[in-house]
Amino acid sequence: MSFITINNQQSVPLSSIPEMTYDLFFDSNITLIENHEERHCVLYFAFRETGNIRLICCIADDLQHNILVSSSLVSSDAVLNSMAARNLSFEKFEREIHENFDIGFVGHPWLKPVRYAENRADKTKTIPDYPFFGIESEELHEVGVGPVHAGIIESGHFRFVCNGEQILHLEIQLGYQHRGVEQLFLEKKKLIQRTTLAESIAGDSVIGHTTAFASLWESLSGMSADYEMQYSRTIAQELERIAIHTGDLSAICTDVAYQLGSSVFGRLRTPVINFFQEWCGNRLAKGLIRTGYNPYPFNKALADRLIAVLDAFEPDFVEMNSELSRLPSSLSRFERTGTMKYDQLLSIGTVGMSARMNALNRDIRLSHPYGIYPDLNHVPVMKHHGDVYSRVQIRKEEVIQSVSYIRQLLKKIPDAGAAQEIPANLKPDSFAISLTEGWRGEICHAAVTGKNGELVIYKVKDPSFHNWLALALAVRNNEISDFPVCNKSFDLSYCGHDL
Amino acid sequence: MLRTIKILYHQGKQFIPDLRKANVPGIFRGRPEISLDKVDSQALADICPTNAITTSPVGIDLGKCTFCGECSRLFPGKIRFTTDYKLAANSRERLFIKEGLRTPVSLDPDLIRKDIQRMFRGSLKLRQVSAAGDNSCELELNACGNVNFDMGRFGIEFVASPRHADGIVITGPVSANMAEPLQITYDATPSPKIIILAGTDAISGGIFEGSPALNRKFIEENHIDLYVPGNPVHPLTFINGVMDLLGI
Repeated sequence: MSFITINNQQSVPLSSIPEMTYDLFFDSNITLIENHEERHCVLYFAFRETGNIRLICCIADDLQHNILVSSSLVSSDAVLNSMAARNLSFEKFEREIHENFDIGFVGHPWLKPVRYAENRADKTKTIPDYPFFGIESEELHEVGVGPVHAGIIESGHFRFVCNGEQILHLEIQLGYQHRGVEQLFLEKKKLIQRTTLAESIAGDSVIGHTTAFASLWESLSGMSADYEMQYSRTIAQELERIAIHTGDLSAICTDVAYQLGSSVFGRLRTPVINFFQEWCGNRLAKGLIRTGYNPYPFNKALADRLIAVLDAFEPDFVEMNSELSRLPSSLSRFERTGTMKYDQLLSIGTVGMSARMNALNRDIRLSHPYGIYPDLNHVPVMKHHGDVYSRVQIRKEEVIQSVSYIRQLLKKIPDAGAAQEIPANLKPDSFAISLTEGWRGEICHAAVTGKNGELVIYKVKDPSFHNWLALALAVRNNEISDFPVCNKSFDLSYCGHDL
Repeated sequence: MLRTIKILYHQGKQFIPDLRKANVPGIFRGRPEISLDKVDSQALADICPTNAITTSPVGIDLGKCTFCGECSRLFPGKIRFTTDYKLAANSRERLFIKEGLRTPVSLDPDLIRKDIQRMFRGSLKLRQVSAAGDNSCELELNACGNVNFDMGRFGIEFVASPRHADGIVITGPVSANMAEPLQITYDATPSPKIIILAGTDAISGGIFEGSPALNRKFIEENHIDLYVPGNPVHPLTFINGVMDLLGI
């Protein structure tokens, strides 16, 4: 056996992960993933272990609902054959390992810095010196945008190579938002500090990231969240999806200069996030998810309020969407704009709604269900054109689906359970991985503990980690004026990527 | 056309008529009140994820507080978060809430530079810089301009270029990688100009305080005109703070 099979949110002893030579590790993981569309790499990372570098690769099997984990120990000055040369979905992971540990990867197509992390191996590389691709031509020109953008959004740099108005190539350079999150998980010792960090990974995906963290922590502590906690987390996750998807529809309308849609979707989001405030005191649900207890148990009064909010929300949301999808001026901007093909999405390891926009079924709620998702019999919303309009339709249909899930859950409200004792130490010498389906897609947290149960490494992977490349490829051959609507229709996270 | 009118009609009235007196729904965690109850103040201070709680006297630094609510959950008789969203001040000291005091947070009129009210009261254009902000404050600053809060009614707006702006609003703890772009954006803004820090991360670094990936030199070296606490800032906190600064 060249891997151990584990489930989502399960922890295992580190020693149970099979270790093999890098050549075997390479072959095994490539064989798992090649010609197997149901499998993709959810996490591939490295950490220092007594002077060497330990590599751990996690391949998720969506049909078997499990995760295949294998490992290899290489020397700290190793130069390895690149898995990305065979399968592009390893591309970002290898770049990260190269940046942090100076491991070489032969045959990697572009071994460039990922985020200029504070603890990178080579400090002589700095963010202003990023090696962009260039094309020498007298007919082409480059357009640089950012890191500070013309709106209230996060920082990142886009470099276009254009032929007149047409984009030939886009390179997205990130790292400006790097705050050292993974390192801080090790340094901040209190649980509330680590929970606050998880809430701050991406402020638009508070529930997704904090649930991933809390579940991972519970798994490594040998606890399990009771039904009522899972129930609250699920309602919160679907509410977050409704809120952010609706806000994104507003922003997409803004980017095609459709004022009515922009205003209506914008104001429709308000009562949903205000409900979060009524529930937990914060419009973006910071403070709602905690490990081992639920500070704000869901109750009948909240349920009645939420039903009233959804009853008022749904007809206006449906009405606005039906207007948007019959408006020639918006459809002409949405259809066949920023298109990605199925094969492209698969090859770069796209996840979440950006994958589902063209028939690539990646949805953790179905493939690696956690909490009470198995009870919901979730069927992912899939589209088949891969364009801006597919991404608009996915949002619309997922919002309606989430509303129906919440209505279904509200029929029976569980009683709040007792707070659980949180063990002071985590299980020693263990590995755990936790996947959740945020509104963008699969959120992955993983941790390795040492011999006293201390954290040795904490890894966070936001869906944006892979999906930024999907945006870069989607805008090729589009007009540069369509970039804003393409960008917003993906709405990827900068800080989730930069950490 | 008729369909558009119908949609407009269905929206009803969405704007908040009086942004000064609006009530926030539910259990918003705004200005904390700290009673004079005797508690183990060290145990209380140890709860806080960002060392925002001091022991003698017991107090909370709103510039460091992440409003997680853990202290009031475990010491409900000692600390209570009220729904008072007016949290902005123009000096770091004024963000410090001491035990036994119930005075609202306010601006020190003597610290407001004269140019600011004279020049910007009728129109204030701001440029936002996300210096490693986590997109929560960014979402809330966007919400300030939506049809509900409609900050634009006072002539306060976010603009696309620093060259069109009268000041910058910084979110996030200021990463080392953003230090230079932040300085360039500030330099590109014509004088006189103001600096507003939005959110706990910007004011003190928040949960990221002490991370070697930050570079907070810009915040330390420049005069800050307005501190707006929150995690994230509530739109009403931001708008009221700016209105206080402008004397509207």
